[in-house]
Amino acid sequence: MFDDFFIRALFAGIGVAFVTGPLGCFVVWRRLSYFGDTLAHSALLGVTMAYSFEFNIAFSVFIISAVIALILIQLQKKTNLPGDALLGLLAHSSLAIGLVVIGFLSFIRFDIMGLLFGDILAVTVDDILIIWIGGAIILVVLKLIWKSLFASTVNYELAEAEGLNPDRAKAIFTILMAAVIAISIKMVGLLLITGMLIIPAAMARNISTSPQQMVFYSVIGGLLSVVLGLFASLEFNSSSGPSIIAAALFLFILSLLKIKQSTGLKN
Amino acid sequence: MSSNNNILVKLKNAGYQLNNRFLVEGVSLEVQKGRIVTLIGPNGSGKSTTAKIALGIYKKIDGEVEKYTDKVGYVPQKISIDWTLPIRVNDFMLLTDDISEDQINEALSLTGVIHLKNKSLGNLSGGEFQRVLLARAISKKPELLVLDEPVQGVDFTGEIALYQLIKKIAEELNCGILLISHDLHTVMSATDHVVCLNGHVCCSGSPSDVAHNHEYKALFGEQASKTLTIYEHKHDHVHTNEGDIKKN
Repeated sequence: MFDDFFIRALFAGIGVAFVTGPLGCFVVWRRLSYFGDTLAHSALLGVTMAYSFEFNIAFSVFIISAVIALILIQLQKKTNLPGDALLGLLAHSSLAIGLVVIGFLSFIRFDIMGLLFGDILAVTVDDILIIWIGGAIILVVLKLIWKSLFASTVNYELAEAEGLNPDRAKAIFTILMAAVIAISIKMVGLLLITGMLIIPAAMARNISTSPQQMVFYSVIGGLLSVVLGLFASLEFNSSSGPSIIAAALFLFILSLLKIKQSTGLKN
Repeated sequence: MSSNNNILVKLKNAGYQLNNRFLVEGVSLEVQKGRIVTLIGPNGSGKSTTAKIALGIYKKIDGEVEKYTDKVGYVPQKISIDWTLPIRVNDFMLLTDDISEDQINEALSLTGVIHLKNKSLGNLSGGEFQRVLLARAISKKPELLVLDEPVQGVDFTGEIALYQLIKKIAEELNCGILLISHDLHTVMSATDHVVCLNGHVCCSGSPSDVAHNHEYKALFGEQASKTLTIYEHKHDHVHTNEGDIKKN
């Protein structure tokens, strides 16, 4: 069954959508879209490391993204620069270093477009395993920290006062972000991962009245985007990653039609 | 010995500084089961900071804080719900604890907002939201309640009713309450112990002790002192066990 590249892509994409759905909601709620972008940009460096030292790509991306996240937290503590400036600094410098390293690795042929926008043909059975096993671990951990993470998203001090340890939840969530980027990089590429996190969640916000509902619709939106996007890419011979994101945007536009109906949003 | 077991939280010469400036220092107080301790003081006197020290929100503090319970209910002074979060009153009630449907209904009924249960949190008025905050804090039947201006924005009749409710809760749950308020008149009636803050403890004791303290008068003015005295004069009778009213 996995002989067909299209089936492999579907399985990989569906696995990714299950994970980006709930995590994407937190990215929207906690205003972390640029943080996600920064981690994704640093993924290029992770990929080059994987080639240089013959690591597994997902593992290498995970490590580099996690390190970048830790550096960011340190910089936030030690400098007076605003958060977005630090994010830009890390995103572009890690991207630049990644590109410089690629230049040195001239003996390997890189598919830069595939790295940036995802490559459907490159998805192997191993990748699918990493996505599903890694994804399952991410979801279990997210479920474990859900209460503290959500409570501290609503109000940090309340969560802290009532014994939920929000700092630990935040640190674990940061690692989960690095992990989700690591498992989805082959699917949508490093420039579009944040889109996969944010757009289905944003769509879900438009039609949800409770947090659980938003997570549910976000997952559904991600799944639909993957299926629609992949079939569209087959039909129109378009690249898969961008097609998935375009499908997600299409769903978001549809959700705008329902936005005024009792979602608690001000008109 | 037994009185020691009743202590829920104890501050010993506690203080907190931000950018090398003390927000509050040298605070010693303790909250015991079934007792209401009220913090009063002008703006910026460190009331909320003291509450946050007691709650363990601030980690790097001067002095010591000993907390003997994990069952805490907190009503923060300021809380804003982001529009990016779709959250109803019911979801908010479950924020930090998995309490039962009955507990949610009971708490919301007590504070008079049961009809808002499925409303979006962002659509509530200031007073309604305050009632929901109080309901959430009491719903988990905490041992320690920390209420930072719990009735701000609540209408006048509601305010009195909520203070009576707070007093009732302290008795029924036998929980200790650390209360912060500007409203000297209403608060003092329900309080066992008053701590008057102005960057440090300027006086503390029973409501009448504090009211007659000259530092308190200097801080709040002669009028405030009279307010308390007037209130106390309402207590010119006691209720006997037979149900009679006996004049003092």
